Order: sequence, then structure tokens, then C-alpha cells
Amino acid sequence: MENILSLLIWIPILGAIVVAFLPRDNENLVRYTSAAVTGLQFVVAIVLWRKFDPLNGSMQFMERYEWIPSLNISYILGVDGLSLPMVLLTAMLFFIGVFVSWNIKKAVKGYFALYLLLNAGVVGVFLSLDFFLFYIFWEVMLLPMYFLIGMWGGPQREYAAIKFFLYTLFGSVLMLIGILGLYFTCGKTFDILLIMERAPEALDGVLWWGMSAAKVIWVLVFIGFAIKVPVFPFHTWLPLAHVEAPTAISVLLAGILLKLGVYGIIRVNYGIMPDQVYWFAGGLAFLGLVNVLWGGLCALAQTDLKKLVAYSSINHMGYSLLGMAAVVAAGEMNGGDLKAAQAGLSGAVFQMFNHGTISAMLFILVGVVYERAHHRDIDGFGGLASQMPIYTGITALAFFAGLGLPGFSGFVSEAMCFIGAFPVFKTIVILSTIGILLNAAYFLWAFQRVFFGKLNEKYKDMEEINSLELFTVIPLAIITLFFGLYPGPYLDLIKSTMDQIIEKIAFVATYAVM
Amino acid sequence: MIENPMISFPLLILFLPLLSFLILIFFGKRLPRQGDWVAVGSIVFTFLLAVYLFVQMLMNYNPDFSNSASISWIDLGAFKINLGILIDNLTIVMLLIVTLVSSCTHIFSLEYMKGDIRYNRYYAYLGLFTFSMNGIVLADNLISMYMSWELVGVSSYLLIGHWFEKDSAANASKKAFLTNRVGDIGFFIGIMLLYSAVGAFAFSPIFESISTGESIAGATLTIAGLGIFMGAVGKSSQFPLHIWLPDAMEGPTPVSALMHAATMVAAGVYMCVRLFPIFTPGALTVIAYVGGITAILAAITAITQNDIKKVLAYSTVSQLGFMVLAVGTGVYTAAFFHLLTHAMFKANLFYCSGSVIHSMHHALHEAHDHDTDPQDMRNMGGFKEKMPVTYYSMLISTLAIAGVPLFSGFLSKDAILAGTLAFAQHHPEHFLLPLFGFSAAAITAFYMFRLIFMTFHGKPNMKSIFKDIHESPNVMTGPIVLLGTLSFFIFYTLPSNFNPIKDKGWFTDLIVPRNSSVPGSLTANEIAEYAHHAHYLAMGLSIAVASVGILLAVLMYFTKTLSAKNISARFGFLYDWSLNKFYFDENYNRFLYQPFMRLANTVSWIDWEFYDKYFINGFGRLTKLFSNASGKFDYDGIDQGLVDGFGRVSGIAGKFLRNIQTGRLQNYLLFVVAGILVIIIAQAF
Repeated sequence: MENILSLLIWIPILGAIVVAFLPRDNENLVRYTSAAVTGLQFVVAIVLWRKFDPLNGSMQFMERYEWIPSLNISYILGVDGLSLPMVLLTAMLFFIGVFVSWNIKKAVKGYFALYLLLNAGVVGVFLSLDFFLFYIFWEVMLLPMYFLIGMWGGPQREYAAIKFFLYTLFGSVLMLIGILGLYFTCGKTFDILLIMERAPEALDGVLWWGMSAAKVIWVLVFIGFAIKVPVFPFHTWLPLAHVEAPTAISVLLAGILLKLGVYGIIRVNYGIMPDQVYWFAGGLAFLGLVNVLWGGLCALAQTDLKKLVAYSSINHMGYSLLGMAAVVAAGEMNGGDLKAAQAGLSGAVFQMFNHGTISAMLFILVGVVYERAHHRDIDGFGGLASQMPIYTGITALAFFAGLGLPGFSGFVSEAMCFIGAFPVFKTIVILSTIGILLNAAYFLWAFQRVFFGKLNEKYKDMEEINSLELFTVIPLAIITLFFGLYPGPYLDLIKSTMDQIIEKIAFVATYAVM
Repeated sequence: MIENPMISFPLLILFLPLLSFLILIFFGKRLPRQGDWVAVGSIVFTFLLAVYLFVQMLMNYNPDFSNSASISWIDLGAFKINLGILIDNLTIVMLLIVTLVSSCTHIFSLEYMKGDIRYNRYYAYLGLFTFSMNGIVLADNLISMYMSWELVGVSSYLLIGHWFEKDSAANASKKAFLTNRVGDIGFFIGIMLLYSAVGAFAFSPIFESISTGESIAGATLTIAGLGIFMGAVGKSSQFPLHIWLPDAMEGPTPVSALMHAATMVAAGVYMCVRLFPIFTPGALTVIAYVGGITAILAAITAITQNDIKKVLAYSTVSQLGFMVLAVGTGVYTAAFFHLLTHAMFKANLFYCSGSVIHSMHHALHEAHDHDTDPQDMRNMGGFKEKMPVTYYSMLISTLAIAGVPLFSGFLSKDAILAGTLAFAQHHPEHFLLPLFGFSAAAITAFYMFRLIFMTFHGKPNMKSIFKDIHESPNVMTGPIVLLGTLSFFIFYTLPSNFNPIKDKGWFTDLIVPRNSSVPGSLTANEIAEYAHHAHYLAMGLSIAVASVGILLAVLMYFTKTLSAKNISARFGFLYDWSLNKFYFDENYNRFLYQPFMRLANTVSWIDWEFYDKYFINGFGRLTKLFSNASGKFDYDGIDQGLVDGFGRVSGIAGKFLRNIQTGRLQNYLLFVVAGILVIIIAQAF
């Protein structure tokens, strides 16, 4: 169990190789193998969770091997309260995603091989603590995604795939420059923990082209991550990619890949340059506001159900940004309000998990109706509630979870983000509460158009949601409800790590430049 | 703590309906009778528990009784949220109201909803509603209250939209939810303001902190209070968010009785009563005007409605306005008193209207008439002989709502009007408030008797169906008789058992007004004193206005001495406004909803058609242009010119270098040493 983290990464890589060598015509064997591989990974992730010590906010289960000593590149892995829930979510969604992909007919072997490779890339990003390794996994993730959208997607798949690819690549290049900047200023190391120690001093007062090096690096890295979140104005790849991607890939995009952005900002920007948080928090909160309103308004105007859910992601990640900005409340100049900082940061991290489960549910459900009707035009349905009561019920549940109804996890995290950000960013928070109304408006309006009214004659024989589909949604619904009623277990898991981040940011407040 | 029945019984009252909801939603279809007995059984049981609590309250006279319990829900070290329940006399009375009316609705629906396509779900949602409503009642902190608050909104959404095949029902349910959410935004902002100042969500620390005047005061506190009040404006359907309640009548009538008359819409008032100590005088003034304006506007609108449920809906809005007005003028226990009496008589009025509609439905069905509106009073008339129980019960409740002495509404409305009058006596600039109050009272008496006369008196307007009009069966008349009886004054003025002051009723004894937490406010004693002085004048005036209202109704709709047509013609635009509900929906549609949708469409267009297509893809095009240019440069310039040029150059250099390649080892060594020397020298400097 010493190398449990490596296990999490290498299981899917080995799985991908095995799948690649399976006989082409035995598609079910490929499917079952993929399910077994992701299932095994999920079990390992659960073991990790049970062994994880939530009271310890530092890195645990660390692995460290020399790799390319001449350049100080090592293979370092570790997990803490920030990454553990994301690893669990990843393992779970990839496992569920296999069943969502069950009906993929085209080049099954290739699909699942790439799918498992993607899995390894994502887990690798969450676990690696060496920038070189981090960057490699970041790129490993990109390639399978490009093919998964570009080959198994909808009618505009190639355009969507290349757009996704270029957008992300643009971000990764900026991020790479930022990483190299850190490498050279912090004593030629890629070790993230080491850089965290050294960076505040090493970057202090360093000017590049007359600009503070720390700020330049912050912005470069931020843009790289912001594209993933996605933060306005780097968001336009998302609706397209979501609409064109096959259902399971949309689920993973929304459920996990977007979270890499928030994760990266907290891990890299906050962790390495805590003193710059004060400088950037106002902008971050403002971007959060724009995400909330822009995403919400766009969602309201959509006629494609999947695009609506895609825009709702932009809207929901806005709350997370607001919560992240709230950490500065802990600074001296803001009165050292630890309550707000805790509520905000934990809320932001909780929100990304909750959006992961809720949006996954939403995309699976959209996929269910698309499978049957072969279109997603919101106005093209009508009255489905009379024909498919179970599907209607579970969609209502997902929509209510999405609009932040108390009793569902989304409410808890959104409320925490708001409450946390409020003391420092009053106007921005008050304006973004309009989002609460927008959420309800676009979900309920869409719900009415699809499910209420007289049953559309065309769909009077539409088949009810089947048990395989239910199997993919119900676990997510249970998690959403469970954390909505009892958020304690989740928050306890991340608490110590969040406190460490807040402490660090509060500590540097004394010399932070506004 | 759980052993204490004062904690465990309220918890049972809270969670039993939730259990019923879960059982019915998952297994309802498979249970005999679709599981209605689960719902009815559990709700009647909670009612008995509430009666027990109520009797305990009466037996152990203690106006300051208070009991609470809480659990830690979120604990991050500094940031904590505890969820808890608070039981005091206010809670107990409210629990009794909710469980009583809910029980009545459950029983009434056994007949009213018989054979409905989604019978089990109807009962399931009733359970969800009762749970959420009790959650509001029992909350001891803002977060629990807000959560239950939203859940009430959802159950209302589900029940209004019960017959979602009808577009009007689907629209109404969405409208109700969204209008409530507008109010909830204010509520949430209020919570954030209070929390960021006080650092707590529970009521008692908030009250304490405000009373010190240090954490939050002045304009901030006023805004926080008004934010919270905005939640009440939404839920209690106050001006300007009152537009959803009349539409909510699309829901089944027993639901209207429970939610949109007695309990859910009263939640806003309950919240104001519960949180009264946080409201500054400035906030209270705004609250009073909102209530006053709502009371009069809705009353005027009710005059001209012909749909029996719409009249009652506007009447509810108007009565809620009365309660809010009372909160605003400081006599908040009077508001709660009216909440109590109103819950009984208004629920009954809805049951009676339900009984009439049920009978109309049946008769129209018999006559194979599917076009006539069974709720339109112009199709009724003369039902008195056919439905005597419904008639007399409805008449009693009408007398109560009209404010006729000996009926419950007289007591509570009188208390409100006295408070309003006293307020204006001490603040003459607010003379409009009692004016709103008394005129609304007069109009109430008028439109309610108009309803009675149009429905039950005179000649039947549709002879074709009149023969099939019957009194409703016992499960429906039972609740009608019960609540009709509870419209008499005596149930509210009985002394409580161990009451040392015998001249007051249990309500006045046990629900005692508290002082505001806001420093510098009037004390509860002062407010009570002022109201007491205005009492006799108010009583005289309120009897007078009620008489005028009833008399006018008699003359116009009973003896028909005055022609309603002529009078309405004389009122001109006022009649038009009343008939068209002051054009609120039209104006909201035109100035809020449509511009908002246009904004959404524009933003979406900018995002997709402009920003992405031209700006982002523009980068792509630029890159393409650049790479074309650089490709040209690469081939023509670098490759053909430079690289090939290099070739030529190296050719020449080669010729030259051939001379150095002597093939002698000594020469090579010499070059190496020279090279090393050059490097060393270069390094040294």
C-alpha cells in the first residue's frame, strides 16, 4: 500500500494497454475490462480515503523517486484534503462513465483505450507534486480528449475538438512559461512543495520587464487554469465541446475536467504565491460575478438542452470563484475574519465537488432523452411527465439540485461561497445573488417546456429510463442528497488542508502588496 | 433531551409528514388505496401531538416558556452552523394551526381528489409541505428557516402544478416559485448582513447582539431587516410581489385552503412576528406601508372578480396585508392573532368554495357540459337550499372575515385597527395607514357578502345544472363544520386554566409581546398602552365600516335596490383597474419580464454569434494568416535564400578549409590546444 497513489495512476494506464491488445471484435470484453479497470481504481481510491488522516492538513502517502536528476525532475506524488475528494470523484465518475458509454458502437476498443488514458491523466494531475510530471499529465489528458470529442462526437465534432484543443493548448503554453519562470527563480527545481517554500522569498522584489515577476507568473498560470474552469472570457470552448462530445465525455468534462482549473488555482496560485492573492482577489470575485450572470443569462436563452446545462456550468463555477476570493477576509487589513475565509474557501472546494456530481447527473439525463428522441431541442418535447414519470422525477431532482434547493449539496456550497465572500465583496455578492433567480428561471422554464403541458404525440411511445441508466444516476443523486442534508463528512475531510491554506494567506497579509 | 416531550413531540410533528412523503413517493402506487391512509394517519397523529402540546401550554401558565435544542451541522472551527428547533408559545400555537388545517385538508381531499391520476403523489406532496412548513415554524436560526422556506416554495410549486397538463397550471407553478425566489434573494442578503455583523445565525444571539447597539445598527440594520422582510413579501404575497397568489389558485382547492390561505402564505407573517425584535423603526414604517397598500389594493381587486376562488385569493392577499400592517405598526401579537383566526375562517371559506366547485363539476359532468367554468359565480346562484351545511358554515366564516362582533375575525381585526390608529395618533404624518386599514375592512365586508349572495342567494343562473347540485359528502362537510365552528369568538377568549388574570383570553395571556432589540424603540408596554387608548374608537369605527360594507352588498346583490352596473359605470377607471387587477401582470410582463428575456437573448447572441465567432475565431484566422505569411517567408526567404545560401557559403568555406585539413596529427593538436586556450581565456573574463 506504500505506492497506493502510483497504483491509482498506473491501473488505468495498464488498463489502456490491455484494452488495446484485446481482440477487436469482442466489444463486450472491452467494455467489461474497462469497467473492471475503473472499478478497481475506484476501490483503491476508497481504500485511500479510508486510510487518509483528515486531521493532517499536509501531504500524505507521498512517493518520491529520482527521474531526470540532471534537470532536478522527480516523480513526486502526494494527496491532501484538496485533492483527495477530487480523486474520489474522478474514480467514481470514470467508473460510472463506462456504463454511460455502454452503447457506444463505433470503434469500441479505441474509445475505451483513450478513455482509460484520459483517466490516468486526470488522476495524475491531481496527484503529482512535481511541475514537470504535472505538466506531462496535463498534456496526456488533452490528447485523448481531443480524439474522444473529435471521433465519437456529434455532427460538429471536429470543429469542437480542434477548438477545445487549441484553447487548452494556448493555456498550457502560458502555464508552461509560468512554470519555467518558477523553475529558474526558485533554484531550478520542479518540486512543488519546495517551490512553495522558496517562492515568496525568491520572487520578492524580482522584476521582469519592469513588472513584478510574481504577478506575471500568477497571471500566466491563472490563464492556463482559467481556461479549464472556464472563467469568462475564456469560456467559449465549453458549450461547443459539451454539445458535441458523447454523453460520457460531457459528464467527465463537466464533472472533473473543469475542476482541474479551480484545483490548479488553489494548489498553484494560492499555494505558491499566497501574497499575490490579495492583489488578485477583487478581480477574481468580479470574474465570479461575471460568470454567474453571463452563464445564467446565456443558459436562459438556450433552446438546446445540453447547451443549457453547459452554460449552467459556467454559472455554477462562478460561485466557486466567489468563494475562492473570500480567503482574503482572513488578512489583517480585512479584519482577520477567519469565519468568512473558512466559509468561502471550503465552500468553493465543496462547490466544485457538488457541481461535479450534479452536472454529471444533468448530462447523463440529457443523454437519456437524446438517445430516444435524437434531438435536444427544449421546445421539441412537451408533456413527457405523463409518459415517463420515473425519468421526470429524477430529472426534477437533478434540476432542483442544480438550482440550489436546500436539501441538496449545491445549496450548502453556494450559500457558503456567498456568506464567505460577503464581508469583503459586498456589492459583488449582492449582485451575484441575482444568480439564485437565474438558476431557478432557466431550470424551471426548461423543465416546464420539456415535461409539462400535453404530451407531444410524437413521444407517446417513448421508453421509460432503463435500469442501466438509473444505475448511473442514482448513486450521484444519493451523494447530492446526502451531502445536502449532512455536509459534515465532506467538510471534515478538507478542513485541515483548507485551514493550512488560509493560515498561509493570512500570515503573508502583513507584507502582501495590494 | 429527547426524553423531554417538549422536544421530542415537536420533532415527531416535524418528521412524521416527511416520512409519509417518502413512503408515498416511493411505494404509494403499490399500497392499498394508494397509501392515502399513511398520509392521513400520520398527519392526524401529529395533530394530536400538537393538541397535547397546546393543552400543556394552557395548563402550565407560562408566557415566557421557551425550550430549544440544536445539533452541529457545519463546524469548520471558526465558521459554524447549528440547526435547531425552538419551542415557545408562539411555536405551539402555530404548530396547532398547521397540523389542524393540514389534517382537514388531508381528510377533505379524500373525496375531493378521489380518482385523481396522481392521487398518491398529491398526498406525498402534502406531506412534504407539512414537513417544510413545520420546519419554518420550529426554526431557531436563520439557516434552518431559509432552508424550510425554500422547501415550502418547492412543495407549493409541485402542488400548484399538480395538473401540469394544463398550461395555466404549469405557468402558475413556475410563476409562484420564481416570484418567491425574488423575495428570497432579499432574505438571503439580510441573512448575510446580519451574519457578517453578528457572527451567528441563531435568533437569540442575534437579538442580544443587536440590543448592545455595537455590532449592527442604523441604516445597515434597517437594510438587513428590510432584506429579511423581502422574503416575507414574496411568501406572504405582499405588494409588489403579490402577483403569484391569485394564479396559484390553479392548484387543487384543498391545497389552496391549506397553503394559499392558512399556512404557507402566513409563513411570511410568522417570520416577521418571530423576528420582530430586529426591525428598526425605519424598517417597520416601510413594512407598515407595504402591508397597508397590499390590504387596500387587493381588497379593491377582489370586488370585481367573478371567479369564486379568485375573490378568496385576493381576499387572502388583503388579509395578509392587514397582518403585515400590524407588524409594521408594532402590534405584532395582533398580527399573529389575526393569523390564527384567519387561518381558521379562510381555510373554511376555501373548503366551502371547494365544496361548491366540486358540486358544480359533478353537475356539469352530468349535463355533459365541458365549456362552462365551474368556478364562475355568474353560473351559480340559489345554492343555499341545495347545500345548507356549506352555506351556513360559509356564512359564519364570512361574518368572521367581515369583522362582525361575536365572530373571531372581529377580535383580531379590531386589535390590528386599534394598533394602526394608535400609531397614526402618535405619528400623524402616517394618517394614511389607518385609512388603508379601515377602508380595506369596509371593502372586505362588501366583497365577501357579494360572494355569498351571488353564490347562494337569488335565482339559479344555470337552470340546466341546478337539479344536480348536491351537498358534499361527510368527509368534506366535516372539516367545513369544524372550521366554521372555530370562527366563533369564544374559542379565542376562553381563559387558560391556571390563569391569574381572569379577564383575558388564553391568547392574550400566553402570547405576550416582547420588546424590540433595537435600542431606542418603543417598549412593548408603551405600544400596548397606546393601542389600548385607541381601542374603543377603533372598535366603533370597525363596526361602522363593516356595517356599511355589508349594507351596500345587501342593497346591490340581495335586494338589488342599487344596480351594480350603474355604480360600476360611475367609477370608470377605478372599476377598470379593479377588474384588471391594476394591470400588474401586464406591466411586469412588459417592463420586467420581456426586457429581461431580451437581455438574455442578446447576451447569448453576443457570446455565441459575436464573441466566439469573430473574436475568438478571429485569433484562429489571424494565426492562419500569419502562418501562411511565415510559410512563404520560410520557403522563399529562409529556405531558398538563407539555407541554400548557407550551402553556397559552405561550399566556398569548404574550399578554403580544405587547406587546413592537412592530415597531420601535430597540426590538429595545435588547433585543439589553441581552442582550449581560447575557451579558458574567455571563461576567465
